[in-house]
Amino acid sequence: MTDTLTPVLTDNWDAERAWTLASYEERGGYAALDKAFAMAPDDVIAAVKESGLRGRGGAGFPTGMKWGFIPQDNPKPKYLVVNADESEPGTCKDIPLMMASPHTLVEGVIVSSYAIRANTAFIYVRGEVLHVIRRLQRAVQEAYLAGHLGKNIHGSGYDLDLIVHAGAGAYICGEETALLEGLEGRRGQPRLRPPFPAVAGLYASPTVINNVESIASVPSIIVNGPAWFAGMGTEKSNGFGIFSLSGHVANPGQYEAPLGITLRELIDLAGGMREGHELKFWTPGGSSTPLLTPEHLDVPLDFEAVGAAGSMLGTRALQLFDETTCVVRAVLRWTEFYKHESCGKCTPCREGTWWLTQTLARLEKGQGSEADLDLLLDQCDNILGRSFCALGDGATSPISSSIQYFRDEYLAHLTHGGCPFDPAASTTFPSLSDTAAGATA
Amino acid sequence: MSLDQKTRDELREIAARYPEARSGLLPMLHLVQSVEGRVTPEGIEACAEVLGISAAEVNGVATFYTMYKRKPVGDYHVGVCTNTLCAVMGGDLIFERLKDHLEVGNDETTEDGTITLEHIECNAACDYAPVMMVNWEFMDNQTPESAVQVVDDLRAGNEVHSTRGPRLCTWREAERVLAGFPDDRADEGPAAGPASLAGLRIAREKGWTAPAGESKGESK
Repeated sequence: MTDTLTPVLTDNWDAERAWTLASYEERGGYAALDKAFAMAPDDVIAAVKESGLRGRGGAGFPTGMKWGFIPQDNPKPKYLVVNADESEPGTCKDIPLMMASPHTLVEGVIVSSYAIRANTAFIYVRGEVLHVIRRLQRAVQEAYLAGHLGKNIHGSGYDLDLIVHAGAGAYICGEETALLEGLEGRRGQPRLRPPFPAVAGLYASPTVINNVESIASVPSIIVNGPAWFAGMGTEKSNGFGIFSLSGHVANPGQYEAPLGITLRELIDLAGGMREGHELKFWTPGGSSTPLLTPEHLDVPLDFEAVGAAGSMLGTRALQLFDETTCVVRAVLRWTEFYKHESCGKCTPCREGTWWLTQTLARLEKGQGSEADLDLLLDQCDNILGRSFCALGDGATSPISSSIQYFRDEYLAHLTHGGCPFDPAASTTFPSLSDTAAGATA
Repeated sequence: MSLDQKTRDELREIAARYPEARSGLLPMLHLVQSVEGRVTPEGIEACAEVLGISAAEVNGVATFYTMYKRKPVGDYHVGVCTNTLCAVMGGDLIFERLKDHLEVGNDETTEDGTITLEHIECNAACDYAPVMMVNWEFMDNQTPESAVQVVDDLRAGNEVHSTRGPRLCTWREAERVLAGFPDDRADEGPAAGPASLAGLRIAREKGWTAPAGESKGESK
């Protein structure tokens, strides 16, 4: 029986100066390199396929299969690009990983690049995390000096250059083809597919784009074996993942566990909801995944079960909101976010998110009518599946799911003539704001 | 005023890092901001010249990304997360308090040129909500009072540290790091904040680990 929590990626985060090469190597870091270099690249791909690792950036596509799509007979250079543009609201796992242990990612980049036969790799990290970028820059520099990067790595004859590339603020660049546009020095707008990046990605060359956590998991699979990884988790959702708890829980934070753990178990580990309050609604994997409620507390958090419950596992960004939170306010704010971040390329998303915001804002103020709920759902219907990329789809998730579960709360805004909730009550400083704002509970 | 020779050389140096020069444009614009305090027409011209593309193409990129500023930014860029989770946890009240205290609106700079205030989107630190960023360094678990203290200290010239990182540098210095010219602060601050370690601490207490792998008898 596997333990409830299984620290692998987080295991060295409490080490002294965990971000340094010395600390990382002292704990066996970079051992995956020689083991991988002794294997044929195709065998490394086979091992990752056999492990059952699925993309940790939200979509859950099998990582080894993605690598297998790279046409090795294509004479152009192959590229690995790490998607470190972590921006999905609620998602906060890759940033602490790169802050605490950037070498885990660098080691994963080297093994993964070797497997797909790339000699140049990039880490596209969002620009708004200065210290994480410092740590990545330093880790790459240390890895070059130690001979883990550069020419003839460990005498294997394999060469790899790794470039840390800071973005400049755009949620859409988490979408992999928009990310490639950003990496090519252009506006970050998604590309039409096909061709898929595996065939024509960066500089129209075969390119693999993987999430930070996916790539960081690779060294452990190579060192411990695919069966070890596949032995954790559930039947079709193998391995471990970092679950990020935030919001009205006693101890928010990062909890690394086999896929399939439930929110009930995680909340217990986190000391329960904050004192005297109860869970009202939550996101399983960021704001783009439909909201769930306390009735879903025992859903195994794997790709299949969360899907069957009507949502998506996404990035395991568990944002927990208690009964003090107004769901209409929460959904309006997310919708404003999607409107702000819509890249403008396609009409359903560019115009649709604007209309959603107008309609929601009116409801939140207690104006409008019950028919506006149907209008919202109609607007969602015109965006979902009709947008150029998943941003538009994601924008509809909080709206349609909140109307499904909390229709009465929308109506209460109309009967109340505005929001019936006290926003101060849901803050971390309710007593402070009472005095400061003179608010009454 | 046109950019100095050192900056032009550094712009070329950035472009040379990549298989194709234009890939350098995002970090090049960060460098322009570090020198000019914003994206200036001169900076756009310089990038266009280095990359052999039109100023309009550079301008199109500069206007797409939110970290690029067209108005001068203060010494310290203060961003308050008002995306849903942080807003609910107190970000909205923190932002309101700072607007009142600094007497500025969103995306405006104080008269003394020290602080530019902006509300920002999710910055991937939700387990530390409500979150504020100063020059894109984490200021975790803020309250209206702590946020006011931070901006007062910055305006008074006191040394301020990120709650999970180093002593704060200026916005221009931060932009230089983003351009790929590291400073000496990578070793400052902890590996992880307390919330990042929440699960690991429990695993340590309970003796929970991942199973042993094939290559080692011991559990990792």
